[in-house]
Amino acid sequence: MVASNLEAIQRNPKYQQLVSERSSLSRMLSIAIIVIYFGFILLVAFAPGFLGAPLAGGVTTVGIPIGLLVIILAFALTGFYVYRANSEFDALTQQIVRETQR
Amino acid sequence: MNRKVLSGFVLGAAGLTSVMARADAISAAGAAKSSFDPIAVGMFAFFVLLTLIITYWAAQRTKTASQFYAAGGGITGLQNGLAIAGDYMSAASFLGISAFVYAWGYDGLIYSVGWLVGWPIVTFLIAEPLRNLGRYTFADVASFRFEQTPIRVLAACGTLVTVAFYLIAQMVGAGALIKILFGMDYMYAVIIVGVLMILYVTFGGMIATTWVQIIKACLLLGGATLMAFLVLQAFGFNPAALGAKAVEVHPLKGAIMGPIFKPGAPVSTPISAISTGLALMFGTAGLPHILMRFFTVANAKEARKSVFYATGFIGYFYILTFVIGFGAIVFVSTNPDFIDQEKLKAGATVITATRGYPNMAAPLLAKAVGGNVLFGFISAVAFATILAVVSGLTLAGASAISHDLYATVFRGGKAEEADEIRASKIATVCLGIFAILIGILAERINVAFAVGLAFAIAASCNFPVLVTSIFWKDMTTRGAVVGGFLGLITAMLGVVLSPAVWEGIFGNPKGSALVTLDNPTLISMSLAFAGIYFVSKLDTSKRAAADRAGFLAQYVRSQTGIGATSATSH
Repeated sequence: MVASNLEAIQRNPKYQQLVSERSSLSRMLSIAIIVIYFGFILLVAFAPGFLGAPLAGGVTTVGIPIGLLVIILAFALTGFYVYRANSEFDALTQQIVRETQR
Repeated sequence: MNRKVLSGFVLGAAGLTSVMARADAISAAGAAKSSFDPIAVGMFAFFVLLTLIITYWAAQRTKTASQFYAAGGGITGLQNGLAIAGDYMSAASFLGISAFVYAWGYDGLIYSVGWLVGWPIVTFLIAEPLRNLGRYTFADVASFRFEQTPIRVLAACGTLVTVAFYLIAQMVGAGALIKILFGMDYMYAVIIVGVLMILYVTFGGMIATTWVQIIKACLLLGGATLMAFLVLQAFGFNPAALGAKAVEVHPLKGAIMGPIFKPGAPVSTPISAISTGLALMFGTAGLPHILMRFFTVANAKEARKSVFYATGFIGYFYILTFVIGFGAIVFVSTNPDFIDQEKLKAGATVITATRGYPNMAAPLLAKAVGGNVLFGFISAVAFATILAVVSGLTLAGASAISHDLYATVFRGGKAEEADEIRASKIATVCLGIFAILIGILAERINVAFAVGLAFAIAASCNFPVLVTSIFWKDMTTRGAVVGGFLGLITAMLGVVLSPAVWEGIFGNPKGSALVTLDNPTLISMSLAFAGIYFVSKLDTSKRAAADRAGFLAQYVRSQTGIGATSATSH
C-alpha cells in the first residue's frame, strides 16, 4: 500500500467510525463472555451448593439452566457480532475501499 | 493426476488392506481382544473408501501452494464452519465428555462449557484480522511487521509443540478406541490412522483435509442427534423425566445434578479453576490447525460466518453429549450385558464396572438404544473423527515446517513454490511416521493431560504473540521473541512440575511437586504478556523503530482488508 493512500484512509471519517465502533463492540463482547464464563467457573469453585440446589422441588438443579445458558450466550454473542459486522461494518469497509480507489 | 501420485495411492491402499487383513487374523486368533464387529468394520471401510476417492479428486486440484495450504481460498463460510467443527470436536470430546457425564453427571457440563467459550474470543478478536493479514499460517500474521527469522522460528516452535502433544493425545486415543471397538491390535490401529492421514494430507492437501472434516462433522452431528433423539423419545421428550430416572439409578443419586469435585474434575482449587479456564478460553484462539482454517475462505466476511456456524455446531454437539451421558446412565448402567459382574462383586459400582470404562459410555448407549447397527455406525464415526482431527493437525505442523521454517527462514523467502510444496509433503510423511512411533511408545499416557498441555501452550505462546502483534503498536521483534519463548518454556515446565505429572506420571512422592497448579496457564500466559510488554517498552534498537513504524499499514489492512491476499482458485 502506498503511503499517501494510508494517510488518506486514516483521515477518512468513515475509517475512523469503523475502527472505533468495531473496537468498542469487540472489546465489550469479549469482556462480556469473559465475565460470564469466569462468573460460572467461580460459582463452580466457591458456590457448588448453589448450583446443586434443586429447582422448584424437582430433580433439575439451578446449575443446569445456568450451564446451558452459558453455552447459548456464547453462541448468541457470536451471532450478534457477526450480524453487526456483516451488515454495518462491511458496508462501511466497502465505502472506504471505493473512496480509496477513486 | 500424474502417475507418481497414482502409484503412491495404490501402494498406500495395498499396504492398508494388508495391515487390516493381518489385524483381522490376529484378532480372530487371539480371542482375548474384544469382539470383532463386521458392521462397524464395514462402515469404517466405507468411510475410508469414500475419503480416499475424495483425496484422489482433491489431488488433481492441488497444484499450487495456495491450493495445498489453503484449498485455494475456495471454501464457503458454511463449509468452513462444518470443517472447523470437524477439526475441533475430537473423539476425546465425544467419548470423553459423554463418559464424564456418565460417571459424574454435572461435572461433564462444566467441561463442555469450557471447550466452547474460546469461540466467541476467536470471533471478536482473531478471525478477521487473521484473514486480512495472513496467507497460510498464523506466523504470517504474527511476523507481519517484524523481523522474519526470529518470529517464524518462535511460531514454528509454538505450532510444533502444540501439534505434537495434541497429536499424541489423538493417536493414543485412536489406538485404545480401535482396540475396543474393532478388536484390533493397538499397534495396527495406530499404523492405520497414521498411514491414512499421510495419504490424505500428502496427496489432497487442504482440500482433502477439509472434506474429510466436513463429512466427519456431518456423521458425528447426525449420529449424536439420533442417539439423543432415541434417548429423549423413551421419556416422551421430557428431559426432566430423563434426569429423574438417572438420579434414581446412579450410585451417586442426586449429587450428579450439581458440581461434585471428584479427582479428575477440571477444578480442584479456585485458582486452578481459573488457570484451567484461561487455558481453554484462550488456547482455542492459539491452536494452529484451527487458525489455519481461516485462510481457506475468500475473505473476512466468510471467515466471520464460518466461526459463527462452527460455534453453533459445537455448542449444539456439547448439549447432545450431555443428553447422551444421561441416557447412558439410564440405559447402560442398568443393563447387565454391559456390566462386568466380577468387578461388581469385587465392590465396583455399576458405573466403574461398566465394560470399557471409562470411555465407552456413548458406543454402549448406541448398542442399547439402536442395536448392533447403531453401535457399528457410532464406532465408525469415532474412528472417522480421529482421522479428521489428526489430518488437520498434521497439515498445520507440516505448514509450519515448510512455509515458516523452510521457505522463509532457510531460503529467505526465495523458495520456488514447487520446492515448498515438496518440502511440506516430506514434512507430512515425517510427521506421520513420528505420530505412529510416538503413538506406539506413549500408549500409557493420559490423553486428557496431553490435550490440556496443548491448550496451555497455545494459550501461553501462540495466543499472546498473535493478539499483541495485531493490536499493540509498540510491540517489537525482541519483545515478541522473549515473551513468546517465556510463555512456551514456563508452560512446559509448569506441566512437568505439576502434581499430575511430577507425582502421578514420574512417581515422585506426594506433595513433592514444585507447582501446585493443575494447569500452568495463569502464570505462563501472564509471563508471556509481561515479557512482551516490558521487553518491547525497553527496546530502543533500530529494528524496534521499524517494527513500530510498520504498525499503521498493518492496522489499516487488518481493519479494512485492503491489500489482503485475494483468495482465488487458480
